[in-house]
Amino acid sequence: MNGFGPLVRKPWIWSFAATIIVWAVTVLFTGGASSLGLSQAALTFAAFSVIVGIGQMFVITLGPGNIDLSVPATMTLSGTLALKLMDVQDGMIVVGLVASILIGIAIGIGNYGLIKLLRIPPIIATLSMSFIVQSIAIWSNRGLRIKPPEVLAGFSTSYSFGIPNVALVALLLSLVAWVLLEKSIYGRWISAIGQSTFAARMAGIPVDGTRFATYVLCAVLASICGYLLASFSGGAALNMGAEYLLMSIAVVVIGGTAVAGGNSNIPGIWGASLFMFLVVSMLNTYGFGAGTRLILTGVIIIVVILAAGGKKALR
Amino acid sequence: MKLSSGTVRMIIPAVSLAVLLSAVFYMQPRAMSYTGLNLLFNLAVPIALATIAQMLIMAVNDLDLSMGTFVSFAACVTATFLQSSPFVGLLILIGAIAVYAAMGVIIYLRELPSIVVTLGMSFVWAGLAVLLLPSPGGSAPDWARALMTSKPPVVPMAIVASVVIAAVTHFLVMRSSFGVLIRGVGGNSRSVERAGWSVIGIRAATYALAGLFAVLAGIALVGLTTAADANIALRYTLLSIAGVILGGGEFVGGRVSPVGAVIGALTLTLAGSFLSFMRISPDWQIGAQGAILIVVLGLRLFLNRLEKREKNR
Amino acid sequence: MNDTVPKQEVVAARGIKVAFGAVKALDGADLVIRAGECVGLVGHNGAGKSTIVNVINGGLTPQEGSVSYDGTPGLHGVAMARAHGVRCVFQELSLCPNLTVNENVRVMHADLKGASWRRRGLELVRRQLEETFPGHGIDCDSTVEDLSIAERQMVEIAISFTTVSQRPRLVILDEPTSSLDAGLAAQLMAYVRRFVKEGGSVLLISHILGEILSTSDRIVVMKDGKVVADKPATEFDTRRLVETMGSVVKEHGWKRTMGTKSGAPVLSRPALPGSTIQLEAFGGEIIGLAGLGGHGQTEALLDLYLSSSSNWWPTREPKMAFVAGDRGLNGTFGLWSILKNLSISSLKALSSRNMIDADCEDEVSERWKKRIEIRTPNMQNPILSLSGGNQQKVLFARALATTSKVVLMDDPMRGVDVGTKQEVYEILRAEAAAGRTFIWYSTEMDEIRLCDRVYVFRDGAIAAELVGEAITEPNVLAASFAGGEAA
Repeated sequence: MNGFGPLVRKPWIWSFAATIIVWAVTVLFTGGASSLGLSQAALTFAAFSVIVGIGQMFVITLGPGNIDLSVPATMTLSGTLALKLMDVQDGMIVVGLVASILIGIAIGIGNYGLIKLLRIPPIIATLSMSFIVQSIAIWSNRGLRIKPPEVLAGFSTSYSFGIPNVALVALLLSLVAWVLLEKSIYGRWISAIGQSTFAARMAGIPVDGTRFATYVLCAVLASICGYLLASFSGGAALNMGAEYLLMSIAVVVIGGTAVAGGNSNIPGIWGASLFMFLVVSMLNTYGFGAGTRLILTGVIIIVVILAAGGKKALR
Repeated sequence: MKLSSGTVRMIIPAVSLAVLLSAVFYMQPRAMSYTGLNLLFNLAVPIALATIAQMLIMAVNDLDLSMGTFVSFAACVTATFLQSSPFVGLLILIGAIAVYAAMGVIIYLRELPSIVVTLGMSFVWAGLAVLLLPSPGGSAPDWARALMTSKPPVVPMAIVASVVIAAVTHFLVMRSSFGVLIRGVGGNSRSVERAGWSVIGIRAATYALAGLFAVLAGIALVGLTTAADANIALRYTLLSIAGVILGGGEFVGGRVSPVGAVIGALTLTLAGSFLSFMRISPDWQIGAQGAILIVVLGLRLFLNRLEKREKNR
Repeated sequence: MNDTVPKQEVVAARGIKVAFGAVKALDGADLVIRAGECVGLVGHNGAGKSTIVNVINGGLTPQEGSVSYDGTPGLHGVAMARAHGVRCVFQELSLCPNLTVNENVRVMHADLKGASWRRRGLELVRRQLEETFPGHGIDCDSTVEDLSIAERQMVEIAISFTTVSQRPRLVILDEPTSSLDAGLAAQLMAYVRRFVKEGGSVLLISHILGEILSTSDRIVVMKDGKVVADKPATEFDTRRLVETMGSVVKEHGWKRTMGTKSGAPVLSRPALPGSTIQLEAFGGEIIGLAGLGGHGQTEALLDLYLSSSSNWWPTREPKMAFVAGDRGLNGTFGLWSILKNLSISSLKALSSRNMIDADCEDEVSERWKKRIEIRTPNMQNPILSLSGGNQQKVLFARALATTSKVVLMDDPMRGVDVGTKQEVYEILRAEAAAGRTFIWYSTEMDEIRLCDRVYVFRDGAIAAELVGEAITEPNVLAASFAGGEAA
């Protein structure tokens, strides 16, 4: 807000610094030959994490205990049903997108309905919901793998100006989210609720309405991501969302959003998403086995958190 | 009669379990036998231990997302080192418990979110487990196998073990001074510190205790399954959280109930058996589990309301 | 007898300097407390009272100066202070809400050991409660969260005075009566006198000067991190205390609007069971909710507020605004700047198509900064950089910046210094003259006297309505106590 300010105090700077280091190390190993390919791959895969991460971030901003565990199931169901509906016809692409957004809205309503009606913590509510959603996906999938419409598949795997199209979509969604968060009333409201729900209520904020909208938003972003991911990978798979459960939480937190709520930032999600992908590909490049790769991934997450987090008092 | 909030926390999970159990008995009367009960609750013992571990972490306002991978790791150690060279195995497990204690300290000192630190640790434990057992294998130590498959008179082992776990942890967490301090840190850590206690010490001990129970969960699991693999207990993370919540525990404020947590774990185990008795198509197994979770929580809300109305009268 | 025995020093803090960054919280303050005396400590917000308390109880190590217990300088720290019998009851309640009363005794007293600590703890706290607050009626087996706020405060005080293996030598009471009604407060003050007579010492911090004057042997007045007066209590009276603290007692130049009770009420709430009086408010009125603390005033305000605003849909023109009393609980947003804290309730008016107009927001906040004199160089500073009184001003500005015709106030002046209070009173009067209605719950008689009309609450319902000149301390008190009307 005040010009450039001390950049070091921005919570997201850490994730970008780490990303650049990992990128450089990987590129150095391959003698610079892979820098373009690596960057494009990183942008592509980061895009999916960014889209779900943004949704998760809005939810986490609502304060302690707010987390959406139904993200992977939502992605799976949306990808499965959308591809089934489009049935390889190019003319149905928009219909498929609308359908997957509607699925997201329905799941968001279901999630918040459970939270509100049963007064249970969001972790448990979204977990129960995800079981049901996953079941519907299994039932509707029946092991068939339907291909995405050609145009859509082409779009999601190609590049514009050297940048993957999915990354451009993610960038667009990030911009919208950034405006929502920083410039709109809604952004103020979720931050207020995250700091103190009761104080927010007494300041005249429609708490239930805002939280409801947030859970719906998160589910919609997850289902858009499922739609894109299924198109990108040439079909929906039942486990396609699985890795995005921990991923969506990890990118939010590594990106510098406070898990205690009330504080969030979009650039950090990009930094963290790129970082998470690059770490895995770096370890692959260096030829580590699965076990070592997992251990190092974990250690790096903890190191990043140690470097970036724990400075709440300095804010 | 005036009910304290602690009593209510115990009643609700017990009623949930009773309802589910009678439903199972109604559908499958043969389950009402020594073998039947043993089959129904066999897998409950490791889940109950993991739930207790999660409950301890939740008692100090944290959440452990690495529970599943840690129990898997402990299971892998049990099926390999603890079986072949018990001394080394024991050292590894003690080391793992020490890591838990260190985690509790670091989270507190650096004011880190426990969710993220344990998320990172879950990768570490998973990696270690894969290194130990790249493919399913190993074998259970004889004593663990003997303990888990023993047949005490009248009541099956699973029930005896659950009761023992509940009794021991109830004493530890609800009755002992140490338990008071654990819950005190969850309720108001500042005033515990002001009263001259070392919050770091209490948290380290709590985490270590949680690590111990998680290790026991791993050993019990291997005792039942005879072999291990790196992914053997991945679902324990979510199961243990759900178990604590079903058992009347809360995410913050040191409001936990060990007896409730054990009952919650039993309820979750029973839900699985209940579904197979219902002959539900495998497609809907997971969904039905979600539905049961919702129904039980709905029941809890209903009872809570009833109790509140009672209180207001 | 006290004259013949030289009083022993329990705690002596001399030449204490503490700075938080550039802010000097203590600038060479001395505080000595001897056995068998009650020392009253008064001063404005920010005078350094809490800081010196923290130094004495070991929670804060001063940058300069010495702290000694029992006259012997030694190590400093919480454990050291406790070992010398220093106990502290803090302003915010510091029990563990999820534990039972006797479990809290265990937490507070490390020396309560052995197998039967539960039974002994229960016995100790019961006996102490009975001694301090005769006829308290608290169930010591219950969980603290099941108790009322007053009961929690009583339990906390009792636990601090409890002797397990070592008798408390010095008990620091920081605003101990803030949640207690007059009767309980009197019981506590009587107990403090007995405790002091038996050789114990008490450091009493209270904004109720009457308590300080009647209970203390000696009064220490602090201002800007220094001790400006340290004299026997007999040399003070209310006026001299306030003068020493540095604020001038203003005469109430308050004109009651009187007779504005015209037209349709802007708000009314049907009478609750146990009362025949319904709560009504008319435009431009300042309505007081009086009575003993915790008799349903806050609930009435919350009820009014929550029923007027939707939890699901945003409203463009909220009917009511709410000023919180407990800032930490339901007032400030700690991560935010002063600006955002101020504008949160009026965002709808500051934005077009749900996007906030930053210039408009700045302009409004600067206007309120001037009008209500929020003491900060920059409205972008974090809210927590302000003193408590200024934070409270921001909460007032938040409510007043809305278009709401009715402002509800939940004892907002709790713990606010006299100067700030006067400033806010002025603004309330101006706003009421402009047609706003205020419904003001206050625990302080001075504030109740400023109202046009007062509803006195008792046992959750309205017991009496007082208008204009009838609002006097005896009338309010009479209505506050059961059977008081007849007297």
